[in-house]
Amino acid sequence: MTARDLIPIAVLAVLAALLPLVVTSSTVLNFLVFTLIVSLGAQGWNILGGFGGQFSFGHAAFFGTGAYVTAILQLRYGVNAWAGLALATAAGALVGWVIGFLSFRSGLRGSYFALVTLAFAEVFRILANAASFTGGAAGLLIKLDVRPANLQFDDRAVFYWLVLAFVTATLLLTRWIQRSRFGAQLVAVRENEDAAKALGVDSLKVKLRAIALSGAVTALSGCLYAQYFLYIDANIAYGSWISVELLLAPIIGGVGTVFGPVVGALTLHGLGEVAKQFAGRIPGIDLIVFGGVLVLAVAFARGGILGLLERLRDRGRGMVTRGTKEVSHAGR
Amino acid sequence: MLAVDGVSKRFGGLMAVDSATLSLEPGGIVGLIGPNGAGKTTLFSMISGFIAPTDGRIRFEGTDITSEEPHRRAERGIGRTFQIVQPFAGLTVCENIAVGAYLRHAKRADATAKAREVARRVGLGAELDRPAGGLTVAGRKRLELARALATEPKLLLLDEVLAGLNPSEIRDIIPVIRGIRDEGVTILMIEHVMQAVMNLCERVYVLAQGRMIAEGRPAAVCADARVIEAYLGHGAAARLKAEGAAHG
Ligand SMILES: Nc1ncnc2c1ncn2[C@@H]1O[C@H](COP(=O)(O)OP(=O)(O)OP(=O)(O)O)[C@@H](O)[C@H]1O
Ligand SMILES: [Mg+2]
Repeated sequence: MTARDLIPIAVLAVLAALLPLVVTSSTVLNFLVFTLIVSLGAQGWNILGGFGGQFSFGHAAFFGTGAYVTAILQLRYGVNAWAGLALATAAGALVGWVIGFLSFRSGLRGSYFALVTLAFAEVFRILANAASFTGGAAGLLIKLDVRPANLQFDDRAVFYWLVLAFVTATLLLTRWIQRSRFGAQLVAVRENEDAAKALGVDSLKVKLRAIALSGAVTALSGCLYAQYFLYIDANIAYGSWISVELLLAPIIGGVGTVFGPVVGALTLHGLGEVAKQFAGRIPGIDLIVFGGVLVLAVAFARGGILGLLERLRDRGRGMVTRGTKEVSHAGR
Repeated sequence: MLAVDGVSKRFGGLMAVDSATLSLEPGGIVGLIGPNGAGKTTLFSMISGFIAPTDGRIRFEGTDITSEEPHRRAERGIGRTFQIVQPFAGLTVCENIAVGAYLRHAKRADATAKAREVARRVGLGAELDRPAGGLTVAGRKRLELARALATEPKLLLLDEVLAGLNPSEIRDIIPVIRGIRDEGVTILMIEHVMQAVMNLCERVYVLAQGRMIAEGRPAAVCADARVIEAYLGHGAAARLKAEGAAHG
């Protein structure tokens, strides 16, 4: 990776880190923390879906696993919250690998793979809702005990910085993927699996690595969610709402790009908030906005917002506009 | 180097390849010709690991590779091109070739350097940063060749890399193929352009309806009655001979 690869990430991280010094409203900080948690999960989705071309409709399976693993470890086994965070992330990788092994080894792709991931998330949701071990329908409350050792802070800004650090680390991870052999092979598998195999790419291994990484990052976001709100139940942690958000954000922002998931999550949640301000009495107005933005993105910006910007820039430079396909890895 | 021993492939009721045997010594260019639907591509797919034979064995440098995965065979040094080109359409030409180069070069800088070198060699030097999806037919064929070459194969399987090219494009690419051979890469090529086969191949195999019907020097094989009949139909050899006698 060169300086040019890293500078945009560094600039963004520093600017975002300065925000709490300017903004002190707890509503705004709440909004930012939640949006960053969703961005992080969406970055996880993007590794598998964006770079690997394996669209998952069930990333809640990882989000929920991260949330439940840390909550259960803390509540039932008295494990420290930081250790819980590490173990939740590892559990996400493991669940990812297992789902990947079962589906990729039997050659599932495209809509079949999407449906299988959805099925896993739903099964986990139903199990978590039924079992007493996971708190059943009542859910789990992580004990309020505000101490940094417990990953609980009296200042919201500290949690914001923590989540921002993970988002930044994942931006760096994604950039590394984009510049590495692993990333090149992953993208090759997305574009044409047979051609990739002929060039010596072990497509099963590459996809398994991608889904394990993807599961780990999304589980981390689920764990941070549980740690921030200190409460989860099956419909929150394994609910389809999160599967949809994690998939929408990268598609809106720019699938297979480094910044796409973050841009998409900010756009979606920003618009959702604005809509709530103006039409707060209409229930589900933010979902209507999400749907509308998705339709616009699919109709007019196939590479998402970043793809659109890239095309406008190219046009501005008087270059011939390139087709829509290569816009998907415009990742500048 | 390569030994295909009594290999068959059945697609339902159709014997696409029927007990075909073929063997290659290191170095040189060997042709594989035959009418449409003879099973040539199917045989390539079995050698490169994309289709499992119904019967028979395949050995490469003394090792039985019959049930090995395609990527393992690529690691061993078997490179192939696809008759129906399979570019990574969303990537640039350079990125396409780099995927092949990454097989033996783990670092991005090395893989990219290798990709550029190979691109120049096959005449894609000016198109490095173009999206592969936007290449012409000739460009895509060159890209197939470049990607396979970037894996630094010992054995290169070329499936109709000249098809769809005009005569001047063919004239450009023939020296490239010869250059690859001169570097010590063994080449097995499927080709319908007979002028190129005559020009390049030291030896040819003829496949017809799944069976290997002839093998030998190109000129001798083309005069073989079985080969003429396979291409032109039953009785054609005799007819040609009669016509030849009438004109002579
Ligand atoms: N996957 C498949 N399933 C069923 N039949 C197939 C399959 N692949 C090839 N065939 C059939 O097997 C036969 C041999 O096909 P193959 O593509 O190997 O011929 P070929 O010699 O390469 O022909 P061409 O010169 O037209 O490329 C054909 O009759 C074809 O229709
Ligand atoms: Mg063929």
